[in-house]
Amino acid sequence: MPRLNSREELDRLRREILARRDPGQRCIATCAGTGCLASGAADVVEAFRRELAARGLTDKIALRGTGCHGFCEKGPIVVLDPEEICCLQVTPADVPELVERTVLGGEVIDRLLYVDPQTGGKTIREPDIPFYKHQQRLVFGANRKLDPRRIEDYLALGGYRALVKALFERTPEQVIAEVKASKLRGRGGAGFPTGVKWEFARRAAGEPKYVVVNCDEGDPGAYMDRSLMEGNPHAVLEGLLIGAYAIGAHEGYFYVRQEYPLAVENLGIALRQAEELGLLGKNILGSGFDFTARVHRGAGAFVCGEETALLLSLEGRPGEPRPRPPYPAIQGLWGKPTNINNVETWANIPLILNDGAAKFAAIGTAESKGTKIFSLVGKICNTGLVEVPMGIPLRDVVYKIGGGIPGGKKFKAMQTGGPSGGCIPEALLDLPVGFDELTRAGSMMGSGGMIVMDEDTCMVDVARYFVEFLTEESCGKCVPCREGLRQMHRILTRITRGEGREGDLEALEQIAETAVEASLCALGKTAANPFLSTLRYFRDEYEAHIREKRCPALSCKALIRTWIDPEKCRACMLCLKKCPTGAIDGGKQRIHVIDQARCTNCGTCFEVCPTKFGAVRKLSGVPVPPPIPEERRTVARARKQDE
Amino acid sequence: MDIAEVDRVIDQHGAEPSALIQILLEIQRRHHWLPGAALDRVAGRLGVPMTRVRHIATFYKAFSLVPKGRHEVHVCLGTACHVRGAERVLDAVRDATGLLPGETDAELRFSLETVNCLGCCALGPVMVVDGKTHGKLSPAAAADALKSYE
Repeated sequence: MPRLNSREELDRLRREILARRDPGQRCIATCAGTGCLASGAADVVEAFRRELAARGLTDKIALRGTGCHGFCEKGPIVVLDPEEICCLQVTPADVPELVERTVLGGEVIDRLLYVDPQTGGKTIREPDIPFYKHQQRLVFGANRKLDPRRIEDYLALGGYRALVKALFERTPEQVIAEVKASKLRGRGGAGFPTGVKWEFARRAAGEPKYVVVNCDEGDPGAYMDRSLMEGNPHAVLEGLLIGAYAIGAHEGYFYVRQEYPLAVENLGIALRQAEELGLLGKNILGSGFDFTARVHRGAGAFVCGEETALLLSLEGRPGEPRPRPPYPAIQGLWGKPTNINNVETWANIPLILNDGAAKFAAIGTAESKGTKIFSLVGKICNTGLVEVPMGIPLRDVVYKIGGGIPGGKKFKAMQTGGPSGGCIPEALLDLPVGFDELTRAGSMMGSGGMIVMDEDTCMVDVARYFVEFLTEESCGKCVPCREGLRQMHRILTRITRGEGREGDLEALEQIAETAVEASLCALGKTAANPFLSTLRYFRDEYEAHIREKRCPALSCKALIRTWIDPEKCRACMLCLKKCPTGAIDGGKQRIHVIDQARCTNCGTCFEVCPTKFGAVRKLSGVPVPPPIPEERRTVARARKQDE
Repeated sequence: MDIAEVDRVIDQHGAEPSALIQILLEIQRRHHWLPGAALDRVAGRLGVPMTRVRHIATFYKAFSLVPKGRHEVHVCLGTACHVRGAERVLDAVRDATGLLPGETDAELRFSLETVNCLGCCALGPVMVVDGKTHGKLSPAAAADALKSYE
């Protein structure tokens, strides 16, 4: 494609692309995000390619690999347009039938449709599936409509119109005013007002200035930035270009985790295409504005998500945070004014410019505006990425969108905000989602992970898990974080092993307070949150571990024993064969008994015991009943007795 | 890895101190570890002291200063995987390979690492072997999956 030298040329190209497209054209859209690819989406696409070629349909039916649709649990996802027929968990073997019956014949294939776990009802169209129906996909919705490797797809959806508006119809100050009026707050965790941050950088003295995209998404359980970067890189780039123009920067960096190879690849393609079209480089669209962008891969350090650490890493140094102020807006990359925002924040910018700040600010709560993408994972039926308006009650996210807890289990808590966040108990489920609301509840928004936990999750173990994570990721520069976390980890580990003592909780609280007060960066300052919030809402679980040596969730290995209920065992031999340590004694028609001395509590027998028997049980805080005498171990099978 | 190849990587990224991490990542990707000779060359050509090269190579998890196995096994211990039983998957992988996280076997068949979230949370528990994702794993399935890697 030739380089575009004016906004008119961009408009003309867009019209040409749209003219070539027939909105009623049949298109097979397969999700090509990391989740679906891991479930085998590439083979499905290849099967479609071969099937269409064999039938001579290659020119008549479009085939598109799109960005992540969000419903990763049910991948690979195929949507047949224009009807938006949604097929889930498609395999290459389904493809010939799908082409024959659905694409050509217009009938749906029942077994590939979404089935409501409660009612058993089936849903045909993607937007009607409850998982999608209750969402508001302003930022994430485009993923599903475009091939992230084709800039034409983004242009066809109106891409880069916001950039044109900024470059030709707004002064930099007007752009900043618009972003401020939208009340957009940073989506990376801290929730600082984006427009205010931009203004600091614009007013800061010093040249050159830099803009940075933070895609070092390290919070375990959160992957919306990856899906945006992979699935719609041009939206992030467009946001960055607008921000650079507003701040007066001519150079930008994308800092992407190396654990996200597809994001790096798709971003690289997007940058090349934008450069070819003249949307990057010198004199963009003839506006006189120059901008270049580079990709920097992270090398595996959680702390680099912290902005001062990230900037040092960009300079080729170890990512160790430094005290702020000075903030990066004043002294950032190479000591120059730098504006750094998270992927999702940048991706919101085109939306604000296109639709206006007022429309954006109309969504949400008083202090949290717009929509937010969450990754809804853990013990939940519909796992995946969901975009919801701020202010939506957590209960709606869990039950209306997430479809509740699998296996008839009970909801216990939702962990939000990553390792620095906290756990929200059942009693607070009606809390509206927002930055300040979550903070008041002792958790935080963070980057948007929502990890659902059920009755089988031990909250003391969750606290131990996060403190362990942070102990490993602490860069070691300041003492309260490096040493404090280590001590907290030691005590929490002791408690989960049944070696807790009176006074442990008080000691933990003291260390937590010191870490919060005295650590250099947010990692240490917030590191105690998982402990403090679980203690606040689940103190009884801590006390059960310490005083009764009992794990109420039956999860802490050292505090449970596995036992086979002789009344229920039908001597089916399943657990006996699978036991890795040979700890189960028994045989055909002989009730199985676990040798407690050899059992490692690995849980295999618990898992393989058929639910209709439910004979294997975990015990905690009570003694294991003695094995029944040999002579009473014979199972009398009802059927055999009849014979 | 010969020095000419190290030079090519350096030339691609530019012999600037700021390119240090990107150059080491590329050497690591091609070679699966960072041999001392390569580090010497990088330090020399970028004009960066060896202490800093070593600091980088040990600070960031992507780097290894010892040779790695033919197959790199990463077991995800992210929160979503953790609550769905990742610890038990790790136990099974440890049993199957005889390795602790961070170790490589003497035949250089497997290297075992744990990671804190690969962003495939909906598919947890997850294990990645040589870039291929294995999702929704039971401990037994994880051990089985490893059998296909020679």
